[in-house]
Amino acid sequence: MTTYDDQLALPSGLSDGPRQPLGIFARPRNANGFVDWLTTVDHKKIGIMYGAASLFFLIIGGVAALLIRIQLATPNNTFLSGDAYNRIFTMHGTVMVFLVVMPMGAAFANFLMPLQVGARDVAFPRINAFSFWVFFAGGLMLNTSWFIGGGAPNGGWFNYAPNNGVAFSPAAGIDFWNIGLLITGIGSLTGSINLITTVLNMRAPGMTLMKMPIFVWMTLVTQFLLLFAIPVLTVAQVLLAADRLFGANFFNVELGADPLLWQHLFWIFGHPEVYLMILPAFGIVSEVIPTFARKPIFGYPFMVFSGVAIGFMGWGVWAHHMFVSGIGPLSVTAFSVATMFIAVPTGVKILNWLATMWGGKLILNTAMLFSIGLVTQFTIGGLSGVSHAIAPSDTQQTDTYYIVAHFHYVLFGGALFGFVAGFYFWWPKAFGYRLGERLGKWNFWTMVLGFNLTFGPMHILGLQGMPRRMQTYDPAMGFGLWNMVASWGSFILALGILMLLVNVVQSHLAWRRAGRPNVGADPWDGRTIEWSIQSPAPSHNFDVDPAVTSLDDFWHRKYQPDETGKLRRIHTGDEIAQPGDPTGVHLPAPSYWPIVLAMSMPIVGYALIFNLWLMIPGVLLMTLSLWGWALEPADDLDPHDDDGAGQGDSASPDGGDGATAEPELETVS
Amino acid sequence: MTDTAAREMPLEPENELQDDVAVVDDHGSDIAGHDDHEGHHSSLGLSNMKLAMWLFLGSECLLFGALISTYLLSKARFLTELVALNPRVLDGLRDGGMPEELIQEFIAEGSVEPIFDIPFTSGSSFILLMSSLTMVFAHKAVSEGNYRNSRVWLAATALLGSTFMAGQVYEFTIFFREGLTYGGSLFGSGFFTLTGFHGAHVTGGIIMLLSLLVLSFRGKLQSNRAETVELVGLYWHFVDIVWVLIFTIVYLIP
Repeated sequence: MTTYDDQLALPSGLSDGPRQPLGIFARPRNANGFVDWLTTVDHKKIGIMYGAASLFFLIIGGVAALLIRIQLATPNNTFLSGDAYNRIFTMHGTVMVFLVVMPMGAAFANFLMPLQVGARDVAFPRINAFSFWVFFAGGLMLNTSWFIGGGAPNGGWFNYAPNNGVAFSPAAGIDFWNIGLLITGIGSLTGSINLITTVLNMRAPGMTLMKMPIFVWMTLVTQFLLLFAIPVLTVAQVLLAADRLFGANFFNVELGADPLLWQHLFWIFGHPEVYLMILPAFGIVSEVIPTFARKPIFGYPFMVFSGVAIGFMGWGVWAHHMFVSGIGPLSVTAFSVATMFIAVPTGVKILNWLATMWGGKLILNTAMLFSIGLVTQFTIGGLSGVSHAIAPSDTQQTDTYYIVAHFHYVLFGGALFGFVAGFYFWWPKAFGYRLGERLGKWNFWTMVLGFNLTFGPMHILGLQGMPRRMQTYDPAMGFGLWNMVASWGSFILALGILMLLVNVVQSHLAWRRAGRPNVGADPWDGRTIEWSIQSPAPSHNFDVDPAVTSLDDFWHRKYQPDETGKLRRIHTGDEIAQPGDPTGVHLPAPSYWPIVLAMSMPIVGYALIFNLWLMIPGVLLMTLSLWGWALEPADDLDPHDDDGAGQGDSASPDGGDGATAEPELETVS
Repeated sequence: MTDTAAREMPLEPENELQDDVAVVDDHGSDIAGHDDHEGHHSSLGLSNMKLAMWLFLGSECLLFGALISTYLLSKARFLTELVALNPRVLDGLRDGGMPEELIQEFIAEGSVEPIFDIPFTSGSSFILLMSSLTMVFAHKAVSEGNYRNSRVWLAATALLGSTFMAGQVYEFTIFFREGLTYGGSLFGSGFFTLTGFHGAHVTGGIIMLLSLLVLSFRGKLQSNRAETVELVGLYWHFVDIVWVLIFTIVYLIP
């Protein structure tokens, strides 16, 4: 079985032949192409896969959105049946929340956070790969419901009880929603543990908490929100699965159950969820704006603590989703006040971004434009959000298009604009070339126009009383004009998204035609240490541990005050960037087990839905891969091997401190 | 641009940094780039695994919190409807085969207590709590390098845990025979889900303990890996503490 040497693959070719845990899979070595991506444990590749998967699901969710807008463009339209409409809006919401915005945040957290804290990888590289694959497996499983099991889920992304029970939703669609998201939740949970450990424990020497870039802070808050929110959703989903599949009665009103339990559990998860979707985008623009305003972020501690405050207060506002569910005046008042309060730290952030830009030498490139787009559009969404906090007003707005307008302004105009800003900003670090600025500006202005045309009119429609989730409306209601505007807007918006994809392809081709010129380590004159390594980031990240002495450390290495106190550039970024020399660096070997373990989960899921006999292969595969994983030492300790050179991490002089990545039992928990 | 140039960045490391730099210089160039992606320096002075375990347990608190809340709600709603003689609730119990006397006792006392055998469950709870003690001994023995004792204590912990599980299986069987089925009532659903989830956690812990035992017999659980035992211990103590809560809330508080 296990031996103690050769824990980690040696890219330099020093490895001594494959080991075969369970005699099935050798640990892949020098894998390339397809296998490399399937088995990689490199956080950057995993981050890129998160990004690619989220763009893939964005297309699915986007097509669903366009179908909805076609249906609603004219009164009494018969383009979609009521049943199809229900399925499509359910899948639109579910896919966009769980399979687009969340993984896009995870993409940045995975790719960027270890670079920004100066680490070689995340704390548990194989678990990181597992987190991605299990998310992807769950997402694919959810989307197979388009084709099998009687159709996609139709209970809304919130899937309220008792409508989600067998009595009202006998088809398996709800089970796909339930089990699919249960599976993606496992990935979120392992991912959050992994990323929090990385932030807290693997910072470069000298990087104290208050010297971390804001994006790292926002990642930390986000992952804590996930860590505590996911189990609550998991419980809700387990209860629903027990009801639907094993005849329990948690939401069975006949036997006295209170279906409001679902709403409470769902929104205790669901409200932290909305913050964990927006905070990564806040982190991104907090990096982009100082870079292109040529000023440090205004009020760094306020930015940090307002993010933390949002994280805490996000737990005390869930019932504002339930003002009309009869929870009583006292609860309504308390949650109403709490919801108004949470606008304060959010407002602090807006103010600080504005103050950062104030008096700065603004460089209005695409990344900066998208960031300003977030600040502007999120403010609009935030203001309509405060109007929901006022319970009497919310009672009028509940389940109207006003709500739809609100959360698209924060999630699309906010989060997604922030992510696109991040794409433009960090693209050179990830791929070695910039995205085209010309098409980028077209991309931005098309998206701004399309976005506001689509969702701006929904405020008016909502206040006119147009209800959400209705398949059609009567011409006499007077909703026709603004719906037509919104539908046109949605196609302009889709064109904007398409421009992003075209820009990726075009910029890549142009870069290849030009002979793959080196974009340089520091194309934007950046502030944080991810710009101190080559582009694209080498697989070992840092040649030597970066020593950090201040916030915006890289900037201070480039700029020092002269005698008069004026900041002068003493180095260019490329001068002091690390050369990207991997000599002597050992990286964790890729592994088959994360993807195999992840793929066993949907089999168990299908078994629960269709036929329990499928459990046998599913559980067998799961057990096997758990054992294979456990027997494949990632970084085992070896007291007999302490001579240092060339023996992988087991040879670490302080190997006895127990700081191992994955002792063999880790997978059992 | 060389390594050296990168290290000669214009900065004054703080005191704690100078140590690190010195260590690197001592070892010369062959170790300067030595892989330290996995917590060579750990910013908190806590190993990654231990931090991860604490985070996982933090997450588990929310899981059990939600399950306990669900149980309390389910029981309360069940009793309200039962005392109000909701015919469907009564039918649900009768369909499960619950004897009429027990149903009447539930109604008369307005409580589910009549079905519990508190002395029995107290006994199995005591056994589970004692297993935390043996777990501590196991960790101590491993860290001191006393491998014979560590095997004894690991086995004892697993055995005590298994005894608790046997007790739970026995209790579930008795309850089922008395007509408390999973699908027959809201209380049954809540009770079996909550205690079943806890039982699954104990079972997971037993598997971990047995794996440790196997490792120990293969000579791979030496004192430098005491932390692995400590991690399993953290999990085990957590599961015990959760049981203290569940026992109090489900069995003791009327």
